[in-house]
Amino acid sequence: MFMFEKAVVGSRRYWMWVVALLAVIGAAFLAYLRQFDEGLVITGLSRDVTWGLYIAQFTFLVGVAASAVMVVLPYYLHDYKAFGRITILGEFLAISSVAMCMLFIFVDMGQPMRVLNVMLYPTPNSMMFWDMVSLGGYLALNGIIALVTLGAERKRVAPPRWIRPVIILSIPWAVSIHTVTAFLYNGLPGRSFWLTAILAPRFLASAFAAGPALLILLVLVMRRLTSFDAGKEPIQKLALIVTYAMIINVFFVLLELFTALYSQIPEHVVHFRFLFLGLDGQAPLVPWMWTSSVLAVVSVGLLLVPSMRRNEKVLAVTCAMVFVSLWIDKGLGLIVGGFVPSPFGAVTRYVPTGAEMLIALGVWAIGFLLVTVFYKITLSVREEVAAS
Amino acid sequence: MSITRRGFLGAAGLSALALAGKPAIEAAVGEGAQEHEAAATGTRLAMVIDPRKCLEEGDCTKCVEACHRAHNVPDLADPAREVKWIWKERFEEAFPTLELDHAPEAFHAKPVMVLCNHCDNPPCVRVCPTQATWKREDGIVMMDWHRCIGCRYCMAACPYGSRSFNWSDPRQALDRLNPDFPTRSKGVVEKCTFCEERLARGERPACVDACTAGVITFGDLNDPKSEVRALLRDRFAIRRKAGLGTKPAIYYIV
Repeated sequence: MFMFEKAVVGSRRYWMWVVALLAVIGAAFLAYLRQFDEGLVITGLSRDVTWGLYIAQFTFLVGVAASAVMVVLPYYLHDYKAFGRITILGEFLAISSVAMCMLFIFVDMGQPMRVLNVMLYPTPNSMMFWDMVSLGGYLALNGIIALVTLGAERKRVAPPRWIRPVIILSIPWAVSIHTVTAFLYNGLPGRSFWLTAILAPRFLASAFAAGPALLILLVLVMRRLTSFDAGKEPIQKLALIVTYAMIINVFFVLLELFTALYSQIPEHVVHFRFLFLGLDGQAPLVPWMWTSSVLAVVSVGLLLVPSMRRNEKVLAVTCAMVFVSLWIDKGLGLIVGGFVPSPFGAVTRYVPTGAEMLIALGVWAIGFLLVTVFYKITLSVREEVAAS
Repeated sequence: MSITRRGFLGAAGLSALALAGKPAIEAAVGEGAQEHEAAATGTRLAMVIDPRKCLEEGDCTKCVEACHRAHNVPDLADPAREVKWIWKERFEEAFPTLELDHAPEAFHAKPVMVLCNHCDNPPCVRVCPTQATWKREDGIVMMDWHRCIGCRYCMAACPYGSRSFNWSDPRQALDRLNPDFPTRSKGVVEKCTFCEERLARGERPACVDACTAGVITFGDLNDPKSEVRALLRDRFAIRRKAGLGTKPAIYYIV
């Protein structure tokens, strides 16, 4: 099924990596069983900070999933041939990310066994309903596209014509998943930090920087460890995409800062104050947010200098900086920053617990395992085609 | 610039579309307003709270105790994870949008009773993905603890911090059980329901009955002869964060 036989034969190194991931997943599963038994009390969440690490990872990973469009669009819409060999890698990354998103939502539920109530009682006025629709649809679209195009590649035939409209549909669909995810937050009265129309564009800009940055890193790792070499051109084109997206993202963040700080409306300023300076003596995220900001500025600087961008060693470091910067921004600051201070002005401390971090790590490990297996299958198919 | 036939037809077509779209847009934007008009015909349950009377009672928490005992609300030690339906909050924190700069300093810290506002336009109901929380025709914002999936979206949406989540099993923290009211499982959200179970029996909410100082007045906002309307006619009353358009049904006499 799905060329899965390719994933169960591999080198010693491949198996060691897979076993390491499975070990993390196993440990995380035990932690989750404890959460399932005792409730979300084992996390650092509270009545003031009701969403934390899980939902933040979900938000960040929706972006990584959506970013597949940055390889799909040039390749299929503009016939940009250089992306031919990496487009499917982008799609598999998207599939793995959506799977992680769904798992992060699942582990955040207080009553996980009732999660299908969302389908049993479809509620169009809830953005969470639309998030389920858009993420489910995106997973299905990319699953079909990847299966069909890789299958055609294996048989050395052109993909069937009917797949093209499906691919075209996946492009606006990618934009929709991150837009709807922004709508989860920015339609809430009384949560001033998220009540900004630029949240969806900002999500998309940061996604289109973080996702391709990760893809560059994955492709560079694959060149080192496997027979697959994407070549210089697609990496440089991806780097250009990261450059534009990261600059636009930084610009959007500055727009947010201007609106809040110039208007001086307390409920808008206070969240930024908490994130960057601390509030009531509580400053858990301050070092993180400044790290994120410095990494963002330095990475934009490095990306803008052509000689730096063209040097793949520097580019790898830059991409790691972009990824970490945006992960902090979206995977830590965005969600917690929206909850502090609370509607009563309380500054409640939120620090994820060990069990919570382990569960989150486990979901990431599942994602990495999926990426590993999918990429392994892809490479094996290509090796097989090249050998025959 | 000359107007070509094609351009004119295009413009005319767009105008026609815009005209056709107008009722739809009005319907979408005006939906909230229509809801409120409809509500004006039936019963609209509401509360008027007199914080000054409450202050005279000092540290009294009779209403809180009566409510929490009637509804099997656990008494949890951890304030960050407590479950509460009605409680005292500092005035300046319950009304953060009011500027209190020149009010006496002592006034800021004075406690005031807060609970679910049973909004006319409740954001919690809007966001709930399973309709586990919904609005009754008489204005009560209800909760179905058997349908709630524990996603806590309603808690993010509520601008009043009125909702509580069961981070752990609440039954373990209940020392006295009221057998006439359900307990909750872990992982669901709960809040004040205006004592709908007592209203169904023709009784008043537990907090109203428990208060001996007459702080809380409960009644039908749509009945001009009701006690709540009489109070709102005579006294100046405010609602929490009125600017958000949620239209709370809890009024505070100032």
